[in-house]
Amino acid sequence: MQPKMILALGFSGICVAACATRPSDSEAEGAVAEMIKASFKTRGQAAIDRLKQDDAQALCSRHSGELPKGASEGIEKAQQATLRYPSSGKLMGDWREGERIAQSGGGKQFTDDPARPAGGSCYNCHQISKQELSFGTIGPSLYQFGKLRGASEAIQKYTYGKIYNSEASTACSNMPRFGYNGVLTEEQITHLVALLLDPESPVNK
Amino acid sequence: MRIHRVLAGVLTAMLPCFAPAQQDTLKEIERYRQLLQDGNPAELYEARGEELWKRGRGPKNASLERCDLGLGPGIVKGAYVRLPRYFADTDRVQDAESRLVTCMVTLQGFTIEEAKRNPFSGTGVPMITTDPFSGVGQRSVMTDLVAWIASESRGMTIAPPMSHPKERLAYQAGERLFYYRAGPYDFGCVTCHGDEGKRIRLQSLPKMDNAKDAQRAFGTWPGYRVSEGELRSMQWRMWECIRQMRFPELEFASDASIALITYLAKKAEGGTFIAPAIKR
Repeated sequence: MQPKMILALGFSGICVAACATRPSDSEAEGAVAEMIKASFKTRGQAAIDRLKQDDAQALCSRHSGELPKGASEGIEKAQQATLRYPSSGKLMGDWREGERIAQSGGGKQFTDDPARPAGGSCYNCHQISKQELSFGTIGPSLYQFGKLRGASEAIQKYTYGKIYNSEASTACSNMPRFGYNGVLTEEQITHLVALLLDPESPVNK
Repeated sequence: MRIHRVLAGVLTAMLPCFAPAQQDTLKEIERYRQLLQDGNPAELYEARGEELWKRGRGPKNASLERCDLGLGPGIVKGAYVRLPRYFADTDRVQDAESRLVTCMVTLQGFTIEEAKRNPFSGTGVPMITTDPFSGVGQRSVMTDLVAWIASESRGMTIAPPMSHPKERLAYQAGERLFYYRAGPYDFGCVTCHGDEGKRIRLQSLPKMDNAKDAQRAFGTWPGYRVSEGELRSMQWRMWECIRQMRFPELEFASDASIALITYLAKKAEGGTFIAPAIKR
């Protein structure tokens, strides 16, 4: 082996041990790019181009949990520019519909029928109503969301925007950008807003 | 197996009435899991796998008894916990399944396509998911073989080699893939497996950067999944997570799948391998 190569190997060995979480190595970058191209295939509605990252995805992937200074603000500003509200101006729908959408975890998988509307998968990650015990904890509890905040127009707008594009307020949020990415329709989002804010919703009882 | 499925169904239906408090529900699930340890249907898969390993198959009517899983031709004992690893003959890092594909091709004369056919029992898709394809109950030679090979490492320490540059490259690529967020949900592996003590619905999620969590996760696949009535492999676990991440389909035994498994194996290093385990 060439001394240069031994040096390089020795160095990458140190890096695996010392900088275990974030190696920066152009060889690894190249290998990943190759794998993204060769190891996946289009199936059903899940086409291969889903693996192309937008700016936010690329930044959040590269700096998972440790964004450089100013990057969060940059992402949030860019995502705020994507926010669109219903032209009708009506942001609150029917909380009962919202509960159904929150329960449903389907949509956009290659096994899902693309003709059927996607669910919000909300209970996968959040506590919402008190009645549903099978809830996840990746996101915060939303129980009493409206009771604590009220249902003013500003709160409605905030809630709608959060569901439409979570990264407009929290860069690299774990929550999908449901509206921006076309997962949920405007109407579906208004039902979820109602689930969270309507005083009659079990969330606020 | 049927009883297990029924039990799982009954338990799921009963979940809300166990107790109002979340803690009690989780405790009951833990108790249910412990009760399951009594009889593990994985043994049936292991027995079939051993028979398949020794039986002459393929155009060459050869067995797999000369297959080199990394410790030398025919050595199965302890091979699984030292995978994935670099193989000089293919110049690739390979896991158990991709190595089996190589052996089916070189020793038994199958084409690569034939060797990769039916990598998972049934359609691979959990029964709870609406699935337009039939195939429930369809057996998978690959799954049986990997169940047996894994069982021959039961009780051993997870120790993937990291001495070859390509093994280290696979680890680094696997790590990058773990953090790779994409698709209509912006998901990456890290979305669900980046924090400690999180759940999807009631399912606890391992944090893969935490040795204890990674050891428990890696050390229990392959596993017999009561909710599906099937034994599932590590390749399947990757494929199924990727499906739920809304990514396109992860190709069986692909380099990306092996890189991810290499990353997880390394994170689980030092843990005790107890697979094929029984899972919810």
